[in-house]
Amino acid sequence: MINALTISSIYVLDQDAALDFYVGKLGFEVMTDLDFGGMRWLQVHLPSDPTRSILLEKPGPPSMSEDTAAQVRELLTKGATGGHLFFQTDDAHKTHAELKERGVDLPEEPITQPYGIDFGFRDPFGNHLRIAQMTPPPSA
Amino acid sequence: MSRASEDSNRRMLRARDAMDRAYAEPLDVPALARIAHVSEAHFIRTFKTTFGETPNRYLQRRRVERAMFLLRSTDRTVTDICMAVGFSSLGTFSRVFAEVVGEPPSVYRRRGPVPLAPSCFVMAWLRPGSN
Repeated sequence: MINALTISSIYVLDQDAALDFYVGKLGFEVMTDLDFGGMRWLQVHLPSDPTRSILLEKPGPPSMSEDTAAQVRELLTKGATGGHLFFQTDDAHKTHAELKERGVDLPEEPITQPYGIDFGFRDPFGNHLRIAQMTPPPSA
Repeated sequence: MSRASEDSNRRMLRARDAMDRAYAEPLDVPALARIAHVSEAHFIRTFKTTFGETPNRYLQRRRVERAMFLLRSTDRTVTDICMAVGFSSLGTFSRVFAEVVGEPPSVYRRRGPVPLAPSCFVMAWLRPGSN
């Protein structure tokens, strides 16, 4: 049966801007960047976790019409396309400081939660990102 | 690359995120407009066009949703919770809560505790509808 989650996809308004953000600022690396003529397959992953990757997809033809793409862009920038990425870190405060240093818009400080320390922010397009330093389970 | 309305949406989203985060603070229109990098004059109208309700109404619903969580998860008094989520008057809190949830805080509290989950999930799950 199914045994792994390999690629997740989120919408972005602009794939070059997405590269600047996900690779230039968050530390992803490009796994595949292919121009299929009208459709660019842009796939990135974290160097420390190459088995899971994110497809940075630009809404538009051929998979949807320009009108539909405009609707998706509207929803994306309202934070309503359901693009959520949850990441793990060993040190939430340190990661927060590093991202801030790189110019990432971080509207909140790391917060202590019942499950660990985390903070949320958004990519330039409206997708919701959260980085957590998880508290290990008591018996682990 | 992004069109004007998309840029505007993204700015309004920044203000809405601030309400999600800092709901307990006395957020006013000048503060929210600054967060959105837009002028005060256009903020309320643009926000309403974008999200279908005024910033004030969104903030009220956010506060009510946090109150719903505290009512079910803590033993704090209704007055204490009212203040903790950013309302300054118990009368306003009770009226808005009943209007949004459909029952008064004390009745809602009897539903009992909610399970632990990442706060953002709980937030989405408990968020009342906008009607």
